Amino acid sequence: MTEQKTSATLTNGSAAAAILSSGIGCFVLGAIAHIADAHKPFGKQLSIYMPTGPLSGISTVGIVVWLASWVVLAWRWNNKNVAFKSIGIAAIVLLLLSVLLVFPPFEDMMQGK
Amino acid sequence: MDITYRALITELHGMLFGAFFILALFGLLVLLYRSVFETQPAVVTPRGRYLEQIYLIGLPVFGWLAVLSGAYIVYPWYRAVPPAGTVLTSTNFPRYFLLSNAATAGWHNIGMEWKEYVAWYAVIAATMLAYVLIRYGSAIHLHAEMRTIVITFATVAFLTAGIAGALGALINKAAPVEGGNIIHMTGGAK
Repeated sequence: MTEQKTSATLTNGSAAAAILSSGIGCFVLGAIAHIADAHKPFGKQLSIYMPTGPLSGISTVGIVVWLASWVVLAWRWNNKNVAFKSIGIAAIVLLLLSVLLVFPPFEDMMQGK
Repeated sequence: MDITYRALITELHGMLFGAFFILALFGLLVLLYRSVFETQPAVVTPRGRYLEQIYLIGLPVFGWLAVLSGAYIVYPWYRAVPPAGTVLTSTNFPRYFLLSNAATAGWHNIGMEWKEYVAWYAVIAATMLAYVLIRYGSAIHLHAEMRTIVITFATVAFLTAGIAGALGALINKAAPVEGGNIIHMTGGAK
C-alpha cells in the first residue's frame, strides 16, 4: 500500500534529468569526436593520455559534460513533473545524432572526402 | 596451451566484460519489452527487488570495465607506432598492419574509428537506465512515456554495444593484439 502511494506520487523530473543528460553527454562526445577528426591539431590537443590519443580527451570531455548536465538538471527538476515526451524525444534525437556524427562514411561525406 | 599477456587482457576486455555487458543489455531489453504487455506491474518480493538491483548495478559496471579496459589498456597496444624499419605482421602493430593494405584498411578506418566512440554511448545510456529503473522500479508502469523512452534508449544501447563488440571481435581476428609474457595455461610442448 505504501509502495503504491509512493509510486503514484513519484514525479518524473529526476528520470527526465537522467535521460536528457545522457543524450547531451553522448552528443557532445560525438560532436567533439567529429570536429577532432576534421581538425587533426585540435584532436592532438585532446590527447590527455598519449598512449590512448585523442580518444582519452574526447571521452573525458563527454563524460564530464554528461555528469555536469545531469547534476544541474537533477537539481532543477528533482521532485517536479516536466514535459517528459518532448524531453525524451530531444534526448533520443541527440543520441541518434551522436551515433551518426562518428560514423566514418558520414564524417568523410561532411569533410568532402 | 599458451596465451600472451596482451591477448589474455584483450579477451577479458571483450569476452568477459564486453560480452557480459551485451548479454545483460539484451536481458534488460527483453524484460522492458515484456513489461509493455503486462496488465499490471509484477509484484516482486524484497529479495527479488534486491537481486534486480544487483543486476541493474552490474550492468553499467561491466560496461565501464569494458570501455575503460579497452580505451586505456588494449587500445594503446593496438595503436602503438612501430619503430622505423619494422616489418609489419598481423600481430605486432595491429593498426599499422591493417592500414598497410587497402584490403584491410577498412577494419581500422571504418571499424575501429566507429567502435571506439559508440561503445561510450552504450555505457552512458546503460548507467542512465540503471539509475531510472532502480529509482522508479515497477512505478515505471505509471509513466508510459518514460517507459517508451527507456526502451528506445535500451535498444540503441544494445545496438551500439553490439556494433562495438562485433567490430572488436572482427578487428582482433584480422589483426590480433598480441605480445608480452607468454602464459602457460596447461601442460607443455610435446
